[in-house]
Amino acid sequence: MPPVTDRAYRYDLAVLPALVGAGLIAALVEAARSPDPAMIVQAWTFAACMLGIGIFYLVNYGGGVPSEETSGYRNNVVKAGVIAAMLWGIAGMLVGLIIALQLSFPNLFYFPDLPWTNFGRLRPLHTSAVIFAFGGNVLIATSFYVVQRTTRASLFGGSLPWFVFWGYNAFIVLAGTGYLLGITESREYAEPEWYADIWLTVVWVGYLLVFLGTLIKRKEPHIYVANWFYLAFIVTIALLHLVNNLSMPVSLLSTKSVSVFSGVQDALIQWWYGHNAVGFFLTAGFLGIMYYFIPKRAERPIYSYRLSIVHFWTLIFIYIWAGPHHLLYTALPDWAQTLGMTFSVILWMPSWGGMINGLMTLSGAWDKLRTDPVLRMLVVSVAFYGMSTFEGPVMSVRTVNALSHYTNWTIGHVHSGALGWVGYVSFGALYCLVPWLWKKKQLYSNALVEWHFWISTLGIVLYITSMWVAGIMQGLMWRAYNDYGFLEYSFVETVQAMHPYYIIRALGGALYLAGVIVMAYNLWRTVRSGVAASAETAPLFVAEAVS
Amino acid sequence: MNHQVLEKNSIFLLIGILLVVAIGGAVEIAPLFWVNGTIEKVDGMRPYTPLELAGRDIYVREGCYVCHSQMIRSLRDEVERYGHYSLAAESMYDHPFQWGSERTGPDLARVGGKYSDEWQRAHLADPRSVVPESVMPPYVFLEKTPLDYRDIADVMRANRTVGVSYTDADIANATADLEAQANPDSDGVDAFKKRYPKAQARDFDGNPKEVTEADALIAYLQMLGTLVDFKTYHANTRENRR
Repeated sequence: MPPVTDRAYRYDLAVLPALVGAGLIAALVEAARSPDPAMIVQAWTFAACMLGIGIFYLVNYGGGVPSEETSGYRNNVVKAGVIAAMLWGIAGMLVGLIIALQLSFPNLFYFPDLPWTNFGRLRPLHTSAVIFAFGGNVLIATSFYVVQRTTRASLFGGSLPWFVFWGYNAFIVLAGTGYLLGITESREYAEPEWYADIWLTVVWVGYLLVFLGTLIKRKEPHIYVANWFYLAFIVTIALLHLVNNLSMPVSLLSTKSVSVFSGVQDALIQWWYGHNAVGFFLTAGFLGIMYYFIPKRAERPIYSYRLSIVHFWTLIFIYIWAGPHHLLYTALPDWAQTLGMTFSVILWMPSWGGMINGLMTLSGAWDKLRTDPVLRMLVVSVAFYGMSTFEGPVMSVRTVNALSHYTNWTIGHVHSGALGWVGYVSFGALYCLVPWLWKKKQLYSNALVEWHFWISTLGIVLYITSMWVAGIMQGLMWRAYNDYGFLEYSFVETVQAMHPYYIIRALGGALYLAGVIVMAYNLWRTVRSGVAASAETAPLFVAEAVS
Repeated sequence: MNHQVLEKNSIFLLIGILLVVAIGGAVEIAPLFWVNGTIEKVDGMRPYTPLELAGRDIYVREGCYVCHSQMIRSLRDEVERYGHYSLAAESMYDHPFQWGSERTGPDLARVGGKYSDEWQRAHLADPRSVVPESVMPPYVFLEKTPLDYRDIADVMRANRTVGVSYTDADIANATADLEAQANPDSDGVDAFKKRYPKAQARDFDGNPKEVTEADALIAYLQMLGTLVDFKTYHANTRENRR
């Protein structure tokens, strides 16, 4: 194969700008022809995104191929992912705080004349911003970083990684502004409408190509375990996205579409998707982070290679069955409910296998928890992972679910996983990455990491304990009977009982957000003024215990 | 099997992952499309009227489903609080389903007919004017916004493509039926009622001058859970046992 320094061999520089151009033309046609004002706003938004990507291509590739692409690792796209993750993280958590305050003080935080600020439109914005914008950019950045180091190859695809990064963030902008306009498919965690789904599919194929292409051209004989998890995340999310979003647009000029499925089948497909968005986006992907960053930071090999194999295959096999536990006691047939519950309980085992593998990697390096707050954050994230993955199976047992379903307990459960596991493992990875990428000796301030850790830990504790108490209280009040055999509480009495817990929850969320702002400041100072590292500080390859 | 085979070949690894994750979904989801009794045999279900369908779109647009479920579970307290547990048949025309996952507010599966139109109007415009402890957002703009139903026939056609049993006549008369349902004095009411038996036609928002978004949403809310005739539904017959 000839060296790819010459632009003549760069098919990506023909195909990808053409895709962006096609996106731009489609957006302009929609803007000109659609009778739907919401579609016109979406079309102009998307056109602006495509124009931005086009300008990026002109600036970056107009004068030849940037030197980074012909020598060594590709770091710039990883840097971009880190910056985007921090910005989206702060935005998404801020929206979360706002909606928590809306439920606490409805008279202060609702605005009758501003429909787009209502809870129903902001909640999908919050969930999508933290899961897909923050989490997604963390996954793109870390997977691009990890796959290069563990294969000793640079990213495949020339400008394709950049297309994936910008294209994915254009999807986020399209989806997020859509929610504010009231554009939604009402499928939880898959709310974006048909045209945004199509664009995401294009981008995701690019993501798979970059990742798989890099694996194929690797210079290491073995594919490192972190990459198994990243690959499972990318492939399975593609499958889930395609099936769950099958829908019939009302017209090609309309933002609306109707789901191909209805009622009970639609419900199971949605929760097959919904639960595995947790299982593969928020678990498998972030386990990829765990399997690289914890051994790197602790400077110890993964505890057990055998356990990695068992953990990986059992986790991805069993997770996919667990969806029906979202539909216990509903109109879903009993056999499907029972299957879902059974596999959810079994899922506890592979989850804890992974937790043990992560925690025991600290063997011989436990003392570092005292001195390295970044490692502590990573390890505490695994502890939260263990806690959430124990709580989940418990909640999917029918009799427990009868109490917990529809209550704030579910919100508490989700946030112990989201704030504790996904949040902390991401923060740990970002704290590692910034000095490595910007070639700094260390972070600007370890003391600020300590502050971040303790402020946000306090925030998590307030958040999840308030939601546990609120949820269990709610469930018990709904089913309480008085001495005469009548229901004891009206529904609104249970709403009223939530008030103090909603306030504590908002306080917890505010602390967590404050911690992230401290982190952003610390990272920014590291980039701007940290002491330069003398050489590449990040070792190239994590020693793997190969049997 | 020697794991090195998968570990040293990225395409084998990819295929292995795809096979392993395909099994669970296929076993659980596919039978729902062909096992008899997944959807009960009931009397009374009909597709949404054009006005109800437009109301349902507003329900979706405003994200009502994030706080209100439409799925009464088969538990004693839920049946006593909300009514008969929900049947799969009751959401057979829902593309997509609206079962929800949270009850920040109460379940709405059978809210139809429980409150007057006036109550619904006042509650939507300012929830705390009728329920002081409520945390629901205000939706006063609904009664001020004329309903945009230019695309209602297209919406029905899209629903028909995915399986809802709208006839050609239903679609041809979509606009007329929508206007007739919101205006009980119009000439089209009889034809409308023939197409949608037992549908409620009245001026839902108390403003006879125009069809507003509040008309559509209240029409939708007032029919929720009212269609199935539970006198003829027997849970223990063979075809309904699941």
